[in-house]
Amino acid sequence: MEPITTFTGRVVPLPIRDIDTDQIIPARFLKTIDKKGLGANLFNDWRYDETGSPRADFVLNHRKSENATILLAGDNFGCGSSREHAPWALMGFGFRAVISTSFADIFRNNCLKNGLLPIIIDEVGHAELLDASAQNEDLATEVNLLEQTVQLPSGRKAKFPIDEFSKKCLLAGVDQLGYLQQQSTSISEYETTHPRLVSTL
Amino acid sequence: MTTVTPKNLFEKIWDDHVVVQEKNCPTVLYIDLHLIHEVTSPQAFDGLRNRGLKVLRPNCTVATMDHSIPTTDRTLPIADPIAAKQLDQLRINCGEFGIPLFDIGNENLGIVHVIGPELGLTQPGVTLVCGDSHTSTHGAFGALAFGIGTTEVEHVLATQCLLQDKPKTYEVHFDGFVPRGVVAKDLILALIAKIGIGGGTGHVLEYTGEAIRSLSMEGRMTICNMSIEGGARAGMIGPDDTTFEYLATRAHVPQGKGWDQAVTRWQNLQSDEGAAYDQTLSLDVSQLEPMITYGTNPGMGIPISQPVPKPESAQGPVASGAIRKALEYMDLEGGKPLLGQPIDVVFIGSCTNSRMSDLRQAAAILKDRKVNPGVRVLVVPGSEKIKKQAEIENLPDIFRAAGAEWREAGCSMCIAMNGDQLSPGEYCVSTSNRNFEGRQGKGGRTFLASPLTAAASAVNGMVTDVRTMLD
Ligand code: SF4
Repeated sequence: MEPITTFTGRVVPLPIRDIDTDQIIPARFLKTIDKKGLGANLFNDWRYDETGSPRADFVLNHRKSENATILLAGDNFGCGSSREHAPWALMGFGFRAVISTSFADIFRNNCLKNGLLPIIIDEVGHAELLDASAQNEDLATEVNLLEQTVQLPSGRKAKFPIDEFSKKCLLAGVDQLGYLQQQSTSISEYETTHPRLVSTL
Repeated sequence: MTTVTPKNLFEKIWDDHVVVQEKNCPTVLYIDLHLIHEVTSPQAFDGLRNRGLKVLRPNCTVATMDHSIPTTDRTLPIADPIAAKQLDQLRINCGEFGIPLFDIGNENLGIVHVIGPELGLTQPGVTLVCGDSHTSTHGAFGALAFGIGTTEVEHVLATQCLLQDKPKTYEVHFDGFVPRGVVAKDLILALIAKIGIGGGTGHVLEYTGEAIRSLSMEGRMTICNMSIEGGARAGMIGPDDTTFEYLATRAHVPQGKGWDQAVTRWQNLQSDEGAAYDQTLSLDVSQLEPMITYGTNPGMGIPISQPVPKPESAQGPVASGAIRKALEYMDLEGGKPLLGQPIDVVFIGSCTNSRMSDLRQAAAILKDRKVNPGVRVLVVPGSEKIKKQAEIENLPDIFRAAGAEWREAGCSMCIAMNGDQLSPGEYCVSTSNRNFEGRQGKGGRTFLASPLTAAASAVNGMVTDVRTMLD
């Protein structure tokens, strides 16, 4: 996992509420056994027409999406299925952060475990970024994980929440399994004091 | 005398499964049962291999194939080479890591959320996870069950534990008697229409009240199944005699004296009197109608006799812009009724509504009737066991005589990964759980409803109020 500390990136606006993971990556692309290559089908059915040609009116096909690293989406982003293919596809396209006013639970968890930063900012800040990106094709902004802030065009820095543990992991670029493995003694103890409830064999 | 703080069902199970809780760290939560399937597991096994790890407790894990398997003759080779490779990979992974697998041809195969309860693996008081958001289904048994991502699948395989932040709790109290023609699916669609698809975010829902108590286990599973469509992590129902009766004959429950002890333990899992929740909501079901969705998320539901909302007069949790966008995709007009809307396909299946009671309800409507010739009807049982039982009850004969297709068990057109799919522009009344754009096939348009509504609509070739067909 690549560490995240501070970075400045181009912003892609997608101001739609309740974007579900079936839109982020349609189910027919989930037959892969790999994590790689999903970026090509990110938002596939909004991005390409029936013949597979890019739709001119979809933002991912605009110049502003070139080398962009920040997606600016509507409320409740990532609802629906638990497919981790959604963050894999977003990262495959090049995104390192998604900014919204809220995220669905499982999606948010999946992001944090892959080094894709889910940033929840206040509605005012969110609207300000959207306005600015409508006016400026090349809008870029700075994300600072250490301070938990996003730079707004007005000069204000919008604070975003993240739990201490995930923050530490993201800053160091380490995944969370390591922490779980360190608990092996406690896990064994738990197993000896708690009789097994079900067995599948 | 010391006073004990009353606990709700969720808190009892959570507290019982905390392995470690360090400051500023998520809880290390023990997982009793881990279900896996072909789509969300391959990358997790790769992760284990890359790190040289084993599966810690293969006997707490079980695998099935459901999402991408054909629902046509499965003695034939699988036509889609990419799907075939994914299925092969699951075989390899289960073989290598010692995990029991219900492969094609196995009598226990089925949709992952159907087979857990069916085999008695899903039990009250357990923690249960699966790389699938509808894992919430299993909460119907008083289990804490939720969907996880593939990285977390790897965590559970390696350590039998998960890192979790404690969710909040939300009591949803269903009061009153369920009217005729209204079933569990309508209750949950009504709830999601009320709270919206983000209404339960960060919460575990506990369903209580006399309307819930009156439901069969299958009805309760339908309700818990769609908790995730309200954004909730999980849905739960305290176990009672209905639960114990369902479980008593299942293969994996404790036997003899062990059973009696288990029931005693399970009886303590009801939420204590006076237990607190972070949120509560009451719904009176006695005035409910059959529900149906008109839009592109499960929160866009209406009572079937009501018109499709107009974007400009949006009320409740769905915003005007969202309605406008949805109606455009669905090619529907606000203010007009959905009743009478012509349809092309009816899908009866999925982990929401593919169990015996669902099939029996559909069969009761289709018996001695014919499916409208313009409509294709797929009936897909949730598991091999259900398929067998339905055959014993002669349900396939009823479906076939009516002009419906009776198929092999699997997820099928719920997710359209296996070739069972809508064509662009087609309208489908579906008993599944998601009506997102393209969910049942690119460009397809889905109306979510109960098996009763689906069967009635199949007969008339249009969206139909089943109450007009009940004698
Ligand atoms: S039936 Fe549908 S919702 Fe249920 S597990 Fe299968 S694909 Fe997922």
